[in-house]
Amino acid sequence: MQFRLEKRAEPSKAMLYLTPIGAVLLTALVGAIIFSLIGYDGVRAVREIFVTPILNPLKWQDLAVKSAPLIIIAVGLAIGYRANVWNIGAEGQYILGGLAGTGVALLTRDFSGPWILPLMIVAGMVGGMSWAFLPALLRTRLQVNEILTSLMLTYVAIQLLNYLVIGPWKDPMGFGFPQTRMFTADQLLPHIIPGTIVHMGVPIAVVVALAAWFVMSRLVFGYQIKVVGSAPNAARYGGFSVNRTIWMALLTSGALAGLAGVLEVAGPFGRMVPSFPTNYGFTAIIVAFLGRLHPIGIIFAGLAMAVAVVGGEVAQTTIQLPAAAVGIFQSMMLFFLLASDLLVRYRVRMVGSNRVEVTP
Amino acid sequence: MLPRLELRGITKRFPGVLANDNVSFAVKPGEIHALLGENGAGKSTLVKMIYGIMQPDSGEIYWDGARVTVANPKAARRLGIGMVFQHFSLFEALTVLENIALGMDAKIPGRELEARIRAVMTKYGLLLDPHRTVATLSVGERQRIEIVRALLLDPKLLIMDEPTSVLTPQEVEQLFGVLRTLAGQGCSILYISHKLHEIKALCDTATILRGGKLVDTCDPKVETSRSMAEKMIGAGLKDIVRGADRIMGPPKLVVTKLSTLKLGHFDVPVDDVSFTVRAGEIFGIAGVAGNGQNALLDALSGEVHGGDSHSVTLDGHPLGLLDTTGRRKHGLCAVPEERNGHAAVGDFSLSDNTVLTARDRLGMVVLGLINSGAAKTYTGQVIAEFAVKALGPGAMAGSLSGGNLQKYIMGREIMQKPTVLVVSQPTWGVDAGAAAAIHQALVDLAATGSAIVVISQDLDELRALSDTLAVINMGRLSSARPTADFSVEEIGLLMGGVHGVDEVIDAIPA
Amino acid sequence: MNMDLVVPIIITLIGASTPILIAALGELVVEKSGVLNLGVEGMMLIGAVVAFAVTYTTGNPWLGILLAAAASAAASMIFAFLTLSLSANQVATGLALTIFGTGFSALFGQAYTGKPISIFRSIFPEALATHPLWRLVFGHSPLVYFSLLLVVAVWWFLKKTRAGLILRAVGENDLSAHSIGYSVIGVRYAAVAFGGAMAGIGGSCFPLLLTPQWAERLTAGRGWIALALVVFAAWRPFRLFGGAYLFGLVMTIELYTKASGGTGGVPSEFWAALPYLATIAVLVLISLRRSGHSAAPACLGKPFLPTN
Repeated sequence: MQFRLEKRAEPSKAMLYLTPIGAVLLTALVGAIIFSLIGYDGVRAVREIFVTPILNPLKWQDLAVKSAPLIIIAVGLAIGYRANVWNIGAEGQYILGGLAGTGVALLTRDFSGPWILPLMIVAGMVGGMSWAFLPALLRTRLQVNEILTSLMLTYVAIQLLNYLVIGPWKDPMGFGFPQTRMFTADQLLPHIIPGTIVHMGVPIAVVVALAAWFVMSRLVFGYQIKVVGSAPNAARYGGFSVNRTIWMALLTSGALAGLAGVLEVAGPFGRMVPSFPTNYGFTAIIVAFLGRLHPIGIIFAGLAMAVAVVGGEVAQTTIQLPAAAVGIFQSMMLFFLLASDLLVRYRVRMVGSNRVEVTP
Repeated sequence: MLPRLELRGITKRFPGVLANDNVSFAVKPGEIHALLGENGAGKSTLVKMIYGIMQPDSGEIYWDGARVTVANPKAARRLGIGMVFQHFSLFEALTVLENIALGMDAKIPGRELEARIRAVMTKYGLLLDPHRTVATLSVGERQRIEIVRALLLDPKLLIMDEPTSVLTPQEVEQLFGVLRTLAGQGCSILYISHKLHEIKALCDTATILRGGKLVDTCDPKVETSRSMAEKMIGAGLKDIVRGADRIMGPPKLVVTKLSTLKLGHFDVPVDDVSFTVRAGEIFGIAGVAGNGQNALLDALSGEVHGGDSHSVTLDGHPLGLLDTTGRRKHGLCAVPEERNGHAAVGDFSLSDNTVLTARDRLGMVVLGLINSGAAKTYTGQVIAEFAVKALGPGAMAGSLSGGNLQKYIMGREIMQKPTVLVVSQPTWGVDAGAAAAIHQALVDLAATGSAIVVISQDLDELRALSDTLAVINMGRLSSARPTADFSVEEIGLLMGGVHGVDEVIDAIPA
Repeated sequence: MNMDLVVPIIITLIGASTPILIAALGELVVEKSGVLNLGVEGMMLIGAVVAFAVTYTTGNPWLGILLAAAASAAASMIFAFLTLSLSANQVATGLALTIFGTGFSALFGQAYTGKPISIFRSIFPEALATHPLWRLVFGHSPLVYFSLLLVVAVWWFLKKTRAGLILRAVGENDLSAHSIGYSVIGVRYAAVAFGGAMAGIGGSCFPLLLTPQWAERLTAGRGWIALALVVFAAWRPFRLFGGAYLFGLVMTIELYTKASGGTGGVPSEFWAALPYLATIAVLVLISLRRSGHSAAPACLGKPFLPTN
C-alpha cells in the first residue's frame, strides 16, 4: 500500500475553511507535547494560552483591543499578498503611523476640537504610506525586491522612533524617561464601552475588514489585485498595469498599517514610548495567512491570534512561561497551516502497489 | 529477427482518463517506426513509459526479447534508449558542453567529453560550438544539442517526440538525413508525429493511436495521407467551409513601421513591420518559434506600446499608444499563444476569465462594480456556442483541457464581434476536432467583415486558412502575397531568414 | 598611520563580516538550487543560541559550532519538508521559520541570559601574533579562516564539480533536470540543509566571535542582510566576499563612531540604522547596473510541480 496525491480539479472549499481550525488544534496538541518535554506543564500552558482568555470574561476586552490592530494590518497585507506583493515591513509602517500621529498630536497640543483626532488618523495613514512608498518605488522602477526593502525600513523605523523619543520629542516633564508627553483628551480615542478599555479602534477594524471584503469581491480594483497576483501576463493582457497594482497594494497595506499604528498610540498607549513596536506588524503576517487572505477570515484569525497573545501574557504570570513561547506557538500555527494547504489542492488516495517485478 | 523493443498490453490510467488502453506493438532493429496520433491520443504517455519517466499500470516491455522494467530514464539509457523531447530539457544559462555533461550518466572529464562531442558532431554534420550558452542558440540548434546528447550514448533506440514542429522545411530535411544514417547503422527510431507527409517520407512502419487505443499498424508508403488521417481522427475529415466569391473590403488594420524595444536579454523584438489587413481577409504570419511572434502579438494587442500612435490604425483611428483596454474598445481583440497564465487565469472560474477581456465591450462594469451576473450569462453563451466541455461558467479555467480552454478563449473573443482579431497559434496542442471548429469560427468571423491576423508555426494551418501570407524572421516581416502564390520552398527559405530572398520573390512575376 | 590603531579596526571589520559571509554563502547555494529560504535570520538565531549554550555548558566551542550547524540544519528541514515535499509557499514558510527561530532562541536562551563565555580565539600560538601585522595573518578565530575557505570551496563546488553543475541545473530548469533523471527534490533538500548548517555556523559567530553573552535577537537582522548580499553578489561567491566585507566596514564605522562618542552631531541612531540603509542602497545600485536580464537562477522561489 502507498499514498498518492491527486490534484483536485478545483480547490476544496471545505478544506479551505477547515484547515485553519485544524492548524490551531494541532498547534495546541503539539505545543502541549513540546512544552512538556522541555520541562513546563505543557497542558496547562496550552490551557492558559488558548482557553483561559476565552473563558474569562474579564479578558474579552483585551481580546477585542489586541485583535483590532492585527486585523487592520492583516487586511492590508492580505491585499498585497493577493497581488503577489510581499510587504513584510508592516511593523515599520505601523511605527511610522504611530510617529506621524504623535507628530500631529504634539503640534496640536494647544488646540482643542473634534478635528484633531481625524487629522491624527489621516497623518498616521500617510505616515504608513510614506514607509511603503520607497519599497513601491524601488520595486516598480528598478525591480528591487520589496521583501528586503520593506523589512530593512522596519529597522530604520525603530531607530527613528528611538531618536525622536530620546531626542526632540522627549517629554520635558518626564523625569528623563524616553517618552513623549501624554496626549490630550481630544487626541485620545474615545472608549466605546464605558468602563472598559475597548476603544474606537475596534469598530474601525471591523469596518475596515468589511470594506476590504466588498472591494476585493465586487470591485474591479479587487479583481485587478487578484489577476496580477495569479497571472501577471494575463493582467497585462486584460489591460491592468502591473506596476500600478503594485503601487496600490503597497500603499494600501502601508496606509492600513499606519492606521493601526495611530490607533494604538492614540488608544492603549496614549503617548509615544520606545516599547511602541510590539510585533503587531509581524504577527499580522500570520493572521493574514491564517485568515486565508480573506478579510472575513482575517477577523476570526485576528481574534484567534489575540487569544494567543493575551493567553501568552496570562501564562507569563501564572506559570512563568517566557514571552517568546508565544512566538513558537504562532510559528507552529503557520507551519501547520502551510502544510495543510496541500489538502486544499490535492486529495490523498491510498493505492495498492501494482509494480511489475524486474526480470531483466 | 528479435524485435528491439516490444510492448505488450500496456495500459496507463490517469484520474478520469485512460491514456493507454492495452497497447501492443514492436520495433525492429534499424526500423524507423512512426507513432501517429492526435494530441491527446496517448503517444507522449506511451513513450514516457518506454523511457522510464512513468510506469505502466499493467502490461509488459520487452527489450531484445527479454522482459524489462524501466524504472527511470537512467535505466532506459543503460538499456540503450535515447530520447529527444518535444520540449527540450535544456538549461538556458548553461553552455552546450555543460548541458550535454548533465545528460551523461557516466562521469567523463570535460576535455574528453568535448572531444567525443566534436567527433559525433562531425560524423553526423550537427555542428555547434560547445562553449556557447544555450540561450543564444536558435531552436534548431537547441534540438541539435539534444540529438548529440542522445547519440553520445550510442543508442540502439532513439525516440523523437514531435521533432519537426519547430523546424524550417530545410532543417527538417537535414534532420531526416541524420535519422536515415542512424537507421542505416542499425539504430531503431521511434518517431512521434502527427504530420502525415513526413511520416510517408521517412518511416517504414506506422502505429496509429486514437483515444489511447492502438487503431492500426500499417506501412505508410502504401497508405495515403488521407487514409492515415482518417484512422487517426476516426471519422471522415471535415474541410473548412468557405463562402464562394468572397470580396475583400476596405483596409481595416493598417500597421506601419511598427517596432518594439528589446525587453529581455534573449527577447526578439519586432523590427520595422508594416502590413495591411482588409475587411474579410485572413492574414497569415508564418515563422519559426522565437522570431518575434510574441512581441508582434503584444504590440498589436496593446500589451506593449509602440512609440508612434499611427503605427497601428483601425479604420483610420490611431491605436498605437492605447493599452489593451483602449484597443478593445475600438474593436481590436487578441488571443496570445500561451493559454494558461496569459490568455486566461488558471485558478479563476471561466466567468471571472470573461471579465478579463469582455468587461468593457459588453458593459460588465458599472462605476467600478463588476456585474458578475452578466459575466456568467455571457460565459454560458460562449460555452454553448463553442461546445466547450466544462461544468459551467463556474468551472476553473485550469481544470479544462487545452483544446477546451482554447475553444472558450476563442469563443470569448469572437462572440464580442471584434472588427479586428489577432490570434497566435490558435490550434497549438488542440485535438483535430477542436482545431476544425476553431478554423471554421475564424472563417465565419471573416465572412462577417472582420479582419483577422493568424500568427502560426503550423504551415499546413496557414495554407488552409489564410488568404494572404507573410513570413516573420528575426522580428522582420517579409512582403505579403496571396497564400496560393507561395511555394513551400519559398516559405521555408523565408522562415530560415535567407537574405535577398525577398527581392528574388518580388522579381518573380505573379 | 599607526599600526596599533589600524590593525584592531581591520580585525573588527573581519569579525563583523564573517557571520554574514558564512550565512550568505549557505543561502547562495540554496538559491542556486532554485529555493528561496527567507528563514536565514531565524536559523542564525538558532545557531547562535545553541552555540552559546553548548559552549557555556561544555566549554568546548568546537562542539558548540558543530551542534549549532546541526540544529540550524534540522530547523531548515522543517522548511524543506513544507516547501519541497508539500510545495508550500516559500516566502511564507521562510517567514514562519524566522518567527520560529526568534521564538525558539528567546525561549532556549532565557536560562543563559547574563552568563558569560569566552571568545573563541585564534588557534595559533600567541607567539606568532605578537607583531600587529602577524596578528592580521594568525590572530583570528578559526571561524574567520573557515569563512574564507568556504568562499573558495563554494566557488569550486559550483563551478568545477559535477555535483555543482547538477545543482545549478536544478535551479535553472527543474523540469528539465527532472526529465533527464535527476532528483530535483533530493538536490534541493541537500542544498537547504547545507544552507541551514551555514546559517547556524554564521549565527554561532555572534556569541563566539562578537559578543560573548546571550541576548534576545542577538543577530539583529544580519540574516536579512545576508539575503540581500546574495542578490548584490549576483549569486557569485567572490563578489559575495566583497559585499560582506563592505557591510563589515559599514558596521565597523558604526561601532567606532559610537565608541569614540564623537558622532559629529549625527545622532547615534543614524549610525545604528546605517547598515540597513546601506542594504537598500546596495540593492538599488545592483539593479541600476543590471542590464536587462537578471542573474537569478530561473527557478528561484518557484515550487517544483512535475506534470506527472
